[in-house]
Amino acid sequence: MPINHTISVLVTNEMGVLSRIVDLFSGRGYNIESLTVAPTVDDIYSRVTIVTPGDNDAIEQICKQLNRLIPVIKVANLSIGEAIEYEIGLLKVAVQDENRAEFMNIVAQAGAKIMDVAEKTYTVKIDGTEKDVQTFVELVRPFGIKEFVRSGKVAITKNNQFQTFKKQKENPLKISLKG
Amino acid sequence: MNKTMYTGAEILLKSLLKEGVEEVFGYPGGVVLPLYDALYMQNDIKHYLVRHEQAAVHAAEGYARVSGKPGVAIVTSGPGACNTITGLANAYYDGTPLVLITGQVNSKLIGGDAFQEADVVGITRSCCKYNYLVKDVKDLARIIKEAFYIATTGKKGPIVVDIPVDIFNAKYTFNYPKNIELPGYNPTYKGHPLQINRALETIYESKRPVIISGGGVVGANASKELTEFAKKLQIPVVHTLMGTGTYPDNLENSLGMMGMHGNYCANLAISNADVIFAVGTRFSDRITGCLKKFARDAQVIHIDIDPCSISKNVKASIPIVGDIKNVLNAMLSEVNKSRYKVDTELREKWYKDINEWKKKVAIPVKASEKLSALTVLNTIYNYTKKDEPVVSTEVGQHQMWTAQNFKFNAPRKLITSGGLGTMGFGFPAAMGASVANKNEYILNIAGDGSIQMNIQELMTCVDYKFHVINCVINNGYLGMVRQWQEKIYNKHYSQTKISSPDFVKLAESYGALGIRVEKEEDIIPALKKAIEYKGPSIIDFVCENFEMVYPWVLAGEPIDKVLLSRKDS
Repeated sequence: MPINHTISVLVTNEMGVLSRIVDLFSGRGYNIESLTVAPTVDDIYSRVTIVTPGDNDAIEQICKQLNRLIPVIKVANLSIGEAIEYEIGLLKVAVQDENRAEFMNIVAQAGAKIMDVAEKTYTVKIDGTEKDVQTFVELVRPFGIKEFVRSGKVAITKNNQFQTFKKQKENPLKISLKG
Repeated sequence: MNKTMYTGAEILLKSLLKEGVEEVFGYPGGVVLPLYDALYMQNDIKHYLVRHEQAAVHAAEGYARVSGKPGVAIVTSGPGACNTITGLANAYYDGTPLVLITGQVNSKLIGGDAFQEADVVGITRSCCKYNYLVKDVKDLARIIKEAFYIATTGKKGPIVVDIPVDIFNAKYTFNYPKNIELPGYNPTYKGHPLQINRALETIYESKRPVIISGGGVVGANASKELTEFAKKLQIPVVHTLMGTGTYPDNLENSLGMMGMHGNYCANLAISNADVIFAVGTRFSDRITGCLKKFARDAQVIHIDIDPCSISKNVKASIPIVGDIKNVLNAMLSEVNKSRYKVDTELREKWYKDINEWKKKVAIPVKASEKLSALTVLNTIYNYTKKDEPVVSTEVGQHQMWTAQNFKFNAPRKLITSGGLGTMGFGFPAAMGASVANKNEYILNIAGDGSIQMNIQELMTCVDYKFHVINCVINNGYLGMVRQWQEKIYNKHYSQTKISSPDFVKLAESYGALGIRVEKEEDIIPALKKAIEYKGPSIIDFVCENFEMVYPWVLAGEPIDKVLLSRKDS
């Protein structure tokens, strides 16, 4: 059964790197559920977080193929082991005078935040795990969701075993000459 | 530091020289004018002018495959670059190291739909190992250095460097970098020692082992090590189409080619093996047949430099990522410590089975008065084998007949399009082979369909006196497709009957030698004449129309379901 996996990819921040990743997925028939990209602390690198469905063999092959791309420095399947996952949803909800109190109650309970109030709609922000966002969406759906924007997932490992990039000590050219 | 200023075009040529490039194939055009001007002003790099950009890339590939050095091609922007796509995809599939230089419109015009503009980096992304758009002349030398490094390491492949015309004209100093910094590119060269020991133990304990030798063995220049390993452990060896010659065909435990048109004994050995030692193969569908039924009882040990090839199609129980030469040498040194011993009794039993299977071969049937393609090819092989020529092929029936009937005792002798299956590859590849092997003749075995796909290159061959002998197996059909139509599509020969020009007159009009052969006794005199001619030739062998390639495993069938003649079904 294909389940969603979260893959974190560290890349060099160069022109076309995102196209290479997206082309790899479309060219080999894999799906992307969500995708986020932003520079890391060191802005010569970017972090790409991809949520993709697949069985273990498919995910292993995706990780290998990603690793094969030259600007890709590190690939980690964050579904294995413990990771903190986070996403943001922005919703524009139709709220009437008669149900405003009920709406405000849900917002407070869910830890969401009102970002803007207009004549007929409230814009709210919900953040948390995929499930937190999904639950909030279901709770306010009866009011009438006029617009919904979702960030896609970002994730980080809980311990410090991976994710930092160490500059390699040995020059790869030297290795190749030995071989 | 060298302070002299050079143009981008000069920096490119100087970089190529630093990489040891002396010969390039190409076709000029608007935006590469500054580069062609720089080429005009020097004598160190020889440029071969082809007649179509696709041929330039195929020729560079032929050159690379024969010489083992990376091939280089130069083309212009837009249409020139677009014409190279087939060549790139072919080289990418078969792991041939190439560097393709494409011109690009002025960097200030990129994105503005300029004349002869194409998004080359975008178009070529999925058919090359890596590509670059050079945006600053300061980066040019570094990019060329990286391009050659990436092309020739790991799983080898083609690299595209797209250079805008203003970069060719811009000036900068030339200091070729010594080191490379590519943090995301670190091919694994050394196999994991634990895996290597596990693999050896499994092989020694096996009752019915087989080695599959693939194209990766050519890429790693490891056929000597592979041969030694197989001999020492007395393991039978089958090869894929791309692995032809990696294990000498004249040795006794060579079972020849496996797969869709492989030998019966090779396919049966694989199907009955308990351990398969796969070296440098992708396990393409053309060798596995029905994947679910492929080598059901076998444990698979798989060495490859490309981790993606391992467990992609066939699950490996012992994967070893690394350079094949390195890994095999590590295995051999373990073997030489003689901790293990081959159970000769078990081996003899295994070889007894294999020798039974060896007896089952396809028997050619003489169908008409016309020449049989098999007779022609066997005669060519027997007449030329003393010279051990490089043989290139196009794609189709003639390709499979060549792979089945020519015996190769060294790698880099059969140059053929394996993965992509490109008709029109063989002839330009033979030109490249001719540049790599200047004093020898090259045989290009072609069909009447595929030779017409890059026939314009006859002019290139005449210009440079390439000693390429095109042996056209002319059966009036796109034979391989026709064969499938006969068997699977009720003899509906839809669009497969193909007409040809008079190849003799065609050759003569280009200034090449043309000979037609219709009788068996004329085959050798024609070959003799073509070999003595020292220039390009076409020999038009007028053959029987409906000859079939056997052995044949139908697509999707398990590989032990081998058809040996029309009677089998």
